[in-house]
Amino acid sequence: MIKAILIFNNHGKPRLSKFYEHYNEDTEQQIIRETFHLVSKRDENVCNFLEGGMLIGGSDYKLIYRHYATLYFVFCVDSSESELGILDLIQVFVETLDKCFENVCELDLIFHVDKVHNILAEMVMGGMVLETNMNEIITQVDAQNKMEKSETFIFQSTRQDR
Amino acid sequence: MALKIVKGSIDRMFDKNLQDLVRGIRNHKEDEAKYISTCIDEIKQELKQDNIAVKANAVCKLTYLQMLGYDVSWAAFNIVEVMSSSKFTYKRIGYLAASQCFHENTDVIMLTTNQIRKDLSSPNQYDTGVALTGLSCFVTPDLARDLANDIMTLMSHTKPYIRKKAVLIMYKVFLKYPESLRPAFPRLKEKLEDPDPGVQSAAVNVICELARRNPKNYLSLAPLFFKLMTSSTNNWVLIKIIKLFGALTPLEPRLGKKLIEPLTNLIHSTSAMSLLYECVNTVIAVLISLSSGMPNHSASIQLCVQKLRILIEDSDQNLKYLGLLAMSKILKTHPKSVQSHKDLILQCLDDKDESIRLRALDLLYGMVSKKNLMEIVKKLMIHVDKAEGTTYRDELLTKIIDICSQSNYQYITNFEWYISILVELTRLEGTRHGHLIASQMLDVAIRVKAIRVFAVAQMATLLDNAHLLTGNMQRNGICEVLYAAAWICGEFSEHLENPVQTLEAMLRPKVATLPGHIQAVYVQNAAKLFATILKNQEGNTDSTAAQETSQMMIDRLPLFVQSANLEVQERASCILQLVKYIQKLQQKDVEVAEEVSALFAGELNPVAPKAQKKVPVPEGLDLDAWINEPPSESESEDEQPKAIFTKEEPKHSRPRHTEVDEKELARRREARKQEQANNPFYIKASPSSQKVYQEAPGVEHIPVVQIDLSVPLKVPGLPMSDQYVKLEEERRQKERAEKKKKEKKKRKEKRSGRGKKHDSGPESEEDITPAHVVDIVTEEMPENALPSDDDDKDPNDPHKALDIDLDNLLETTARRPLADSEKLPVRSHRAAGAPKSPAEDGEAENATPQEPKKKSSKEKRDKKKDKERDRKRSKEEKKKKKHKREEKEEDLLGGQAEEAAVQSEETKEVEAQPSSTSAEVSDLDFWLSNAPVPSNTQEAATVAAAEADPAPEAPAGTAADSEPEEPKDTETEESKSSKHKKKKQKKEKEEKEKKKKKKHHHHHHHSDGGGEESVQNGTVEEEEPLPPMSNYCLLAENSYIKMVSDGDCDARLWKFVLLSIC
Repeated sequence: MIKAILIFNNHGKPRLSKFYEHYNEDTEQQIIRETFHLVSKRDENVCNFLEGGMLIGGSDYKLIYRHYATLYFVFCVDSSESELGILDLIQVFVETLDKCFENVCELDLIFHVDKVHNILAEMVMGGMVLETNMNEIITQVDAQNKMEKSETFIFQSTRQDR
Repeated sequence: MALKIVKGSIDRMFDKNLQDLVRGIRNHKEDEAKYISTCIDEIKQELKQDNIAVKANAVCKLTYLQMLGYDVSWAAFNIVEVMSSSKFTYKRIGYLAASQCFHENTDVIMLTTNQIRKDLSSPNQYDTGVALTGLSCFVTPDLARDLANDIMTLMSHTKPYIRKKAVLIMYKVFLKYPESLRPAFPRLKEKLEDPDPGVQSAAVNVICELARRNPKNYLSLAPLFFKLMTSSTNNWVLIKIIKLFGALTPLEPRLGKKLIEPLTNLIHSTSAMSLLYECVNTVIAVLISLSSGMPNHSASIQLCVQKLRILIEDSDQNLKYLGLLAMSKILKTHPKSVQSHKDLILQCLDDKDESIRLRALDLLYGMVSKKNLMEIVKKLMIHVDKAEGTTYRDELLTKIIDICSQSNYQYITNFEWYISILVELTRLEGTRHGHLIASQMLDVAIRVKAIRVFAVAQMATLLDNAHLLTGNMQRNGICEVLYAAAWICGEFSEHLENPVQTLEAMLRPKVATLPGHIQAVYVQNAAKLFATILKNQEGNTDSTAAQETSQMMIDRLPLFVQSANLEVQERASCILQLVKYIQKLQQKDVEVAEEVSALFAGELNPVAPKAQKKVPVPEGLDLDAWINEPPSESESEDEQPKAIFTKEEPKHSRPRHTEVDEKELARRREARKQEQANNPFYIKASPSSQKVYQEAPGVEHIPVVQIDLSVPLKVPGLPMSDQYVKLEEERRQKERAEKKKKEKKKRKEKRSGRGKKHDSGPESEEDITPAHVVDIVTEEMPENALPSDDDDKDPNDPHKALDIDLDNLLETTARRPLADSEKLPVRSHRAAGAPKSPAEDGEAENATPQEPKKKSSKEKRDKKKDKERDRKRSKEEKKKKKHKREEKEEDLLGGQAEEAAVQSEETKEVEAQPSSTSAEVSDLDFWLSNAPVPSNTQEAATVAAAEADPAPEAPAGTAADSEPEEPKDTETEESKSSKHKKKKQKKEKEEKEKKKKKKHHHHHHHSDGGGEESVQNGTVEEEEPLPPMSNYCLLAENSYIKMVSDGDCDARLWKFVLLSIC
């Protein structure tokens, strides 16, 4: 099971947070902060697994993260997930974002966090991996966006600015 | 109306959307909080409007603010409104917001049930998908109960997109509403073979997640998973399955044997590191579950270790980390194979990556032996010095202690060395683990008698140099060791070389800055020391020395009497009065030493940590019963305050009590001892451990000690442990030379002292005798206590509720069918055309068979009962494996007949339930025991089935004729065979065949009833998963079936036959 998915930048600003277990807002912020502190002090060429988040998880849980340019993608998972599998999944996630946003950068995530959520929802559902095939994910995301467009044609002009 | 909408849209144009909000926040870096609060006010205004677009926009912004840490639960109702919008765009926004901030205590959730149900059955697959996604995040027990049936319906949706989501969300439903597991499981299982790989993967995912928590209930799925494993090419699915097998193998070693080959093949063939790694992991799990001593498995271990070495040597840090992680699993059972890679692991200790260093540390734990312990610890000590971050250093510290103290100090050959290590560790600044070091010191000093002299000397030095440890009160974690030092010096003060000096050190004014609990120990142990000193000094003719000591106590103690800590104060004043009294006696030249030391007489034995809990409640003692009449409530209220005051008084006059004279004290002590001796419930020193002391007269006399003399004992605060390493080398060499001579003695020693120690490791460690013959006192436990402990389990684990036996489901009626109460709640107005749950299907199908059943003769019912009986009986046989069965046969049968009659109604209903043979369990047994089963079981099965193919009409007819007799025949035969069951597997097979054959006939009987019925069953077949196929092999080999298999039969019927067999 995946317990949480966090994206934050090099300064610890949250860009997306998805908790598959309920915490109140304060705890969520604390977890983000703690995770940032754990992850950010690590060198570039060390392993991508990390134990010992105090707030989230416990002994069975691991933080698995990847660092892309200005962003950290962190998955908090328990022992039923394959570590290398999750690393691949993060890669798939980022590549999908890249396809959907056309050369994704931090700004895309800043202004379109809702879209990122929608993409993520096609990959992971309720803490379990739903789909790992990028093409399938993109197909579903596109189909839903098309549907949205057909519904909200009036406001497209206002929606498109970044 | 239209105008209103237009107006709303125009309003909307001027509202901030999410992008504007984000931009605004970025432009107000200085007063972000203020800006956001104005935004929230705006949002509140927007939410008040009727226009759903405006509301949705507001909710979208709230979702963003929620991520920034703002509580948006006040908008929960608006979120529900947006969720129920008919437009997908808004609905999605609503569900997203709900998934981010709803939880079990959100009260508006109960308003959503019908909306979600509507969305689930929406014709638009994305409406359904969004609802499922949202629900997966905020499902509550109520929602799970109300929607379980709808979701189950969706598991058979035509679109794989919906199917996979529905399958996945079932896990959440099970967690919240465990009752749904049994009814939903057959369909879930069926999804394991869904044509869509995504759905299949989801089903694997869910079952793996379920099985991880309660593996034993899913053991019967092993054949199916095995098939998936050998056929699937999806690495994600493979990984999950292989992980699942890792959880199952500990329960069924035979499964492990079966797995080894395909897993090894995968290890050789796969290029995916993730898959390779999981395969290695599961092979390890298999090897752990198998009993050792299987010669052909050493190859597998070698393969694993080899592959792991490649991983560890890889430049990719991730692989290195995982390699070490897996290595530590092998370590537990096959330490030897890991120990050969010691070089590699020690190398990892120097890695720049902390995660990797920590993993390597874990491995070290299992790699030590008597031979290399000192060497490894020495290396670790160097790391301790180098380590900068305190967390890693603390980790090192705990590891050193773990490594040394593991399995009752098994690997320590020289305890002086260990004490020196502990003393060295006290010089770590700012560690949190002072108490850990302290408890080790105490443990060693108490349990290793021979070391006490040395330990006391070391501790005295520590006390003398206490200022080094406490120099900075901020880093006072380490001052905990003074607690141990003071206690050891006090308790074993007879070994002190210069007790007066130590006493002086313990009563320094600086001590008053220590934490209270340490001061208390100081005071108490000063008294012990005092007693020892008196004893020593009174022997001398000069009595002034003794009086001086008393005077020092009297001078110094008042400092502690003023302590703010109650404990310290109480003890100090108590002891102060005592010393004053003693001084008076001394001035009268009365000898008091005997009596004073009697205060602290007696040996303290170590007690196991959980011993208290383990004391069995004696028979006839009701702990909950009142000893006195329970006080009435009004009474207690009135009298409580009084009691407090009356109690308070004697407290003030307490010091007086300490003046009770020594004789009285001694008498009381004696009386108490007597009482304890007579009290059967008091934990006494176990006779065995006492014996050891007595039988080994003076452990200290044993010769090996001479070497210690060369160790400079009095180097305060300098590292000494290194010296021991050299000494140890010398000693061992010497020993090797003298080995033959010592042979006899050693045996003796072992008998007397080391009897309790574990057998030493697999290496030639027997050769290494410890420097001290160590009497490690085992901790005391009450007699009836069990060492194992269940109280570690978390009673609140949600997965406990999911520990549900699912095999029954697959085994039709006899065991525990789905009762009415177990069906998923169905709402009364169900949307027409929705597929039914299997349970309902069962009912529906029964409607048709009902008629033929009624028509059919009484024989049939009899037969059914018989079948019932057979199943039950076979089950019972399996459980009990009785040989006496025959005797009881009559009664049991009688009883069962009745039971069956009662059940007959119920059985009818469940008749169409997923039908597999009653021999599901034995089926698994068969699958497992059949060692050379081809990996493609299915193929073999189909071939076999092809042979057995046609279910002939004619034999069916004859069988129908002979039916009334047949059950009896099988019964008697079965009862006979049950006697020889264990010995004669073959016979069992035959019996199985018989049963099958019988069922064969039975179902033909059904089909006689009408052609439409078989069609019905054909459809059922699609819904119901095929259980493991292995029995078909059996079928093919059976001569009876072959003989019969000549006739032909239409395809539908054939399907039916297939079904009835399995």
